[in-house]
Amino acid sequence: MKYTVETILLGVGAFLALVGAGFAEDRLFAAHMWVLFFVLFGGTIVLMRRVDFRPALAGHAPQHREYFDEVVKYGVIATVFWGVVGFLVGVIVALQLAFPDLNIEPWFNFGRVRPLHTSAVIFAFGGNALIATSFYVVQRTSRARLFGGNLGWFVFWGYQLFIVLAATGYLLGITQGREYAEPEWYVDLWLTIVWVAYLIVFLGTILVRKEPHIYVANWFYLAFIVTIAMLHIVNNLTVPVSFLGSKSYSAFAGVQDALTQWWYGHNAVGFFLTAGFLAMMYYFIPKQVNRPVYSYRLSIIHFWSLIFMYIWAGPHHLHYTALPDWAQTLGMVFSVMLWMPSWGGMINGLMTLSGAWDKIRTDPVVRMMVMAVAFYGMATFEGPMMSIKAVNSLSHYTDWTIGHVHSGALGWNGLITFGAVYYLVPKLWNRERLYSLRMVNWHFWLATLGIVVYAATMWVAGIQQGLMWREYDDQGFLVYSFAESVAAMFPYYVMRAAGGALFLAGALLMAFNVTMTILGRVRDEASILDAAALPAAAE
Amino acid sequence: METYTAMRHFADSWALLGMTLFFLGVVAFIFRPGAKKAANQAASIPLKED
Repeated sequence: MKYTVETILLGVGAFLALVGAGFAEDRLFAAHMWVLFFVLFGGTIVLMRRVDFRPALAGHAPQHREYFDEVVKYGVIATVFWGVVGFLVGVIVALQLAFPDLNIEPWFNFGRVRPLHTSAVIFAFGGNALIATSFYVVQRTSRARLFGGNLGWFVFWGYQLFIVLAATGYLLGITQGREYAEPEWYVDLWLTIVWVAYLIVFLGTILVRKEPHIYVANWFYLAFIVTIAMLHIVNNLTVPVSFLGSKSYSAFAGVQDALTQWWYGHNAVGFFLTAGFLAMMYYFIPKQVNRPVYSYRLSIIHFWSLIFMYIWAGPHHLHYTALPDWAQTLGMVFSVMLWMPSWGGMINGLMTLSGAWDKIRTDPVVRMMVMAVAFYGMATFEGPMMSIKAVNSLSHYTDWTIGHVHSGALGWNGLITFGAVYYLVPKLWNRERLYSLRMVNWHFWLATLGIVVYAATMWVAGIQQGLMWREYDDQGFLVYSFAESVAAMFPYYVMRAAGGALFLAGALLMAFNVTMTILGRVRDEASILDAAALPAAAE
Repeated sequence: METYTAMRHFADSWALLGMTLFFLGVVAFIFRPGAKKAANQAASIPLKED
């Protein structure tokens, strides 16, 4: 393959980054442009080393009928890599909360490392998983090659560049201060370009499909791509102070700004972490158990009711604030209603196994997927409950919220992604099976145990925190100072870090297992099937 | 009328009605005669090939 245009564009980009560094208005922008320069310059050198001097058509294999899976392979590797990085940073921030001495100024204090953790797990791990699986699924369910040729590569590498710029920006101290939307205006613009390319690739593949019907997983993926585009653009409407500076100001002010942020924030949960991963559920569970989804019609209702309800739930992040009461109540009511489609989807996913329940015992990958759906059900029950104002008055701003987020993110998003990775790796690299199924089993238990320790600890911690904050004596004075409630959290924070470490250990096993599978090794081990077999009628 | 007020009135009247009708239409469409057969065919799409 020749990448002449791509190489030139990368070189020009590197030069522009250098110019940006030279003329920067502020020190942080200059530092960030230096990072960009080295990344783009490195990329240019890599591409130049791949220049192919053979005549134009000699290197072209007639491969355009096949599926474009090379980018999916890269995506799977990136998912595993960023997953391990994100979980590791998570354990570090958990330890920083327990042991404040671990805050290393200025680059590695909690305030900068925490968005590094959240963005690494949501956007780097989750985002790569979504892009890779959507490229895989849309080709197979449309029976068409990925649309746009090398545009798929642009989406993959452009997204990695976004991750690198976001991550280095956080550590440098560049932030908009908007949760889950921390990157500044120029990184946001870059993500917008990449996202439009993603939409073109995905929608283009659907438009050239050879299968008349658009499978439901693609509806979920498309809703995820379109909605994230809308959310990202509106929430990041800002005015930069300078075109060569790192600071910008939001187009909205006061409570409108807060509502825009949480309209974005909650729908990022709804469309990034829910709709996109439900698409995985609707493809990979039927594939792994080799059965069609339990009720296709229920999946359609699941889709439309989720789309119509999620978008209104954001105000529940702003209970008891300056936001008008009617808006808070609206957010609460829609959050509670969301419980129905969520559980409809959960039941649909679980019942897909009907007639093949034995696979939970014999196939650890199925077990992982089923546990993911179970956590989806649990988190989507807990969420609506916490959005009720009376409950929220106790739970808000406490670690209960953190526990809720992690049972959803580790349990649902994490486990369904692991299941998809374990399904994809042998398929993509054409291996008979994974290196080790027993390691998948270990991963399953380490992850599950880690989440249970994490969530249970945070329930206790959060409720204790909430109760301490609202404890009055008979004179009407607060019983505890804030610092006392912080000190009381120490044992829980240590336990939380232990739970996270278990989850990280499982992810490391997965990284090893995936690497060995890609290398073509097969571990010599007793089959899970034999060990789990019913006591044989020996006599 | 102020833009905000106008949009607000539109949002909680015609737009709300339109969205509700669309949603009810989707649900009704799923239960039309023959939908079960079409749904079963659609559900088998991922299993057709690798």
